[in-house]
Amino acid sequence: MSKWIENKEGMRVLLMGNEAIVRGALEAGVHVAAGYPGTPSSEIIENLSKVARERHLYVEWSTNEKISLEVAAAASFAGLRAICPMKQNGVNVASDFLLHLAGSGTRGGLVLVSCDDPGALSSANEGESRHFARMIEIPLLEPGDFQEAKDMTRWAFELSEEIKNIVMVRSVTRLSHASGSVRLGKLPEKKGTAEFRFQGPFLNPDTGPVSSMPVAYHHDLQHKKLDRVRELFEESPFNTYEGPEKPELLVITSSACTLYCREALNLLGLKDRVGLLKLGTTWPLPPKLVKSYLAKAGKILIVEEVISFLEDSVKILAAEQAAEIGIKTFYGKNDGSIPMIGELNPDLVAAGLSKIMGVPYLSMDGAYEKEAQEAAGSLAPGRELNFCPGCPHRASFWSIHKALQLDNRQGFVCGDIGCYSLGALPAGFQSVKIAHAMGSGLGLACGFGKLGDFGMDQPTIAVCGDSTFFHAVLPALVNAIHQEAATLLIILDNSGTAMTGFQPHPGLPINAVGQEAPKVDIARVCEAMGAKVVIRDPFNLEETRATINALLEQGGVKVLILRQICALSPEKKGKEDYRMQIDESRCLGDECGCNHLCTRIFRCPGLIWDKGTKKSRIDEVICVGCGVCADICPNGAIMREEPVSL
Amino acid sequence: MKPLIQDPYNIILAGVGGQGNVLASRVLANMLSRQGYFLTIGETFGASQRGGSVMSHLRVSAASTWSPQIPKGKAHIIIALEPVEAIRILATYGNRQVTVLTNTRPVYPVSVIAGECNYPETDIIKKTLERLSARVWLIDATEEAMKLGNPILSNIIMIGAVGGLGLLPIQLEDFVSVIGETFPEKLLSVNQQAFEIGQNKVKK
Repeated sequence: MSKWIENKEGMRVLLMGNEAIVRGALEAGVHVAAGYPGTPSSEIIENLSKVARERHLYVEWSTNEKISLEVAAAASFAGLRAICPMKQNGVNVASDFLLHLAGSGTRGGLVLVSCDDPGALSSANEGESRHFARMIEIPLLEPGDFQEAKDMTRWAFELSEEIKNIVMVRSVTRLSHASGSVRLGKLPEKKGTAEFRFQGPFLNPDTGPVSSMPVAYHHDLQHKKLDRVRELFEESPFNTYEGPEKPELLVITSSACTLYCREALNLLGLKDRVGLLKLGTTWPLPPKLVKSYLAKAGKILIVEEVISFLEDSVKILAAEQAAEIGIKTFYGKNDGSIPMIGELNPDLVAAGLSKIMGVPYLSMDGAYEKEAQEAAGSLAPGRELNFCPGCPHRASFWSIHKALQLDNRQGFVCGDIGCYSLGALPAGFQSVKIAHAMGSGLGLACGFGKLGDFGMDQPTIAVCGDSTFFHAVLPALVNAIHQEAATLLIILDNSGTAMTGFQPHPGLPINAVGQEAPKVDIARVCEAMGAKVVIRDPFNLEETRATINALLEQGGVKVLILRQICALSPEKKGKEDYRMQIDESRCLGDECGCNHLCTRIFRCPGLIWDKGTKKSRIDEVICVGCGVCADICPNGAIMREEPVSL
Repeated sequence: MKPLIQDPYNIILAGVGGQGNVLASRVLANMLSRQGYFLTIGETFGASQRGGSVMSHLRVSAASTWSPQIPKGKAHIIIALEPVEAIRILATYGNRQVTVLTNTRPVYPVSVIAGECNYPETDIIKKTLERLSARVWLIDATEEAMKLGNPILSNIIMIGAVGGLGLLPIQLEDFVSVIGETFPEKLLSVNQQAFEIGQNKVKK
């Protein structure tokens, strides 16, 4: 039994931001949840899947974000409440359908949760999703703490039903993946009935067919809905003000930045001089409310993460109302008071505030800071990102790297998004030279493969993971085959969506809620499309390398599936294939001529170069016994032994 | 609910991906949360399983929710599951009054394994930590955990040590009740043993 349904109304509990969003959705009586895993959003579907049975939910991991939004929208069209969580990049994927959906409107409450990643803590970009709300013209809510993450999610369903359109809730990593105290509300008892009604009049929003056409009518209706949203936002309890009646400076903020602003004002002792307007409803802005606070101060600082979204919106309102409220001086991203890039924190906000207000702030004693930083600089070596001990990707990239070296035509790897993005680093022997969106590796390799007429003779290899294959590689594979692009797609199949925590995907015989599900066989799909398919075990280094070299010699589209389960997967964890030993008489150390190949190049964290003995050593705490390093030692000093069975 | 020595009270738990940092911070936070304190935990995720430095920021307050990121120079306790991580944290969050608890067992960065960088000797780490903090406790948590049968238990030994210091209102009973909801039954007694080992390491 999960804590989501155990906890009673009124209790205060410690919840992660994503868990608070889950609780909010459950308190709203959500019926359907669909998403694709992506950090920092994944825990929302994960936690909903755990209570699917008890709460009568339908929960799925869809193959990509556009499809997940379509699945959630179907529930809404049938009168049910649905939630669709995704990371910021996922909103790009879903945006094609989202634009149509915003035009057609919705029926049952439909909430899109976008978990943005300012600072790109676990992303390949820090692109954000708020501008989609403005571009697609749907309401946007931004929770400022953990309690609001729950309460706003719950309210978003009501708002969606009131205006009959989708509502976007935007979280950020420091809320989604941080935890805080949340007072719980009531869980409803209701169970919904789904029915899609389409026999009514053509333009009837509840009983007619659903479409964004006729466009003029629907777009106009959408704007009327947004007018209603503005009215509701004027009264929203999620917009709060704290500070003096006549502040010297008004800070306007939203999201987790609220906590940074509060802390910065506290650090600088400015709570009596500076006002803090926290907006929870950030698009469309409630004009009267914002105007009333703008009127209070001549100087305005806007604090937000990534793009100057709120800043632009507030400036527009201020310009429109200048005749009444006077001319304001604005501080924020555009004047450099707040950095344009990266995530914020209390110190960055304090630095901006201290400059504007002329209040000096020293976070650390200067002498201490210098001493501590010197100590860290000289004594704490950096920790570069690396594949885990026993990771099949290290073995795969070892073979890819060797094969490309032997091929000697300046071949390269087009990668995409997954753990294997680390293939661009020393961890993957710097094999990956291009890495963009999910599935873009093969799309790019297709393009390179058609440049032969322009003199390009470098072979290209595209890599993707098994989950990514279903998400966005399939259309690129169709294209590669139809356009006869000479390319090799290597599917690094580790049997799960490893990077985000082993969510099942269509290639596995299990679904989001742990039931048996039909497995879509990647090899047969590729073969049916017309590709030549070979399957290898990446832990067999020599066979894998030889296969890659042979495939690089052939024309057309080749698919090599390198299949080996992720070292962190629940099935694998704690089980070792081998107990590794170093035969000290064989490890010649500096005398060998290999120049510490195992530790310097192979770089598995389970191996240590022992400066004392001048030999390699196995770190028994870290080694997981995959056995691959035994094959890279030129002198056979690394030995596999059968593990002692328990 | 007892008043805290400072409010908010700022704790940093640092280590390397795979050491159980996140779990340890949850266990510690839940022990305090159930006593009625407001808790905020900020965590670094993402690349954490791949050998990178990870840390959790814990803010404890009797009054309100604080930022999931502790301001520079404002840590009260630093708990390091790996020794050089303690030094790394001090550079940003340290101050003359801070208390440092560190596990003594190194996890070598790949740059050290590859021979590109050096890893400091334990006595240099110890002297540096003593110079940069008010109190330092070096605990051989990994070795003790291996005696219990699993190196991962070093995180609970370190939490036990925090309990033993008496700076925060956490007792063995709080720990037992929290892990009762966190771990399967068969793991309870070994976790309790780990907590007690940690407590005793600082009581001597």
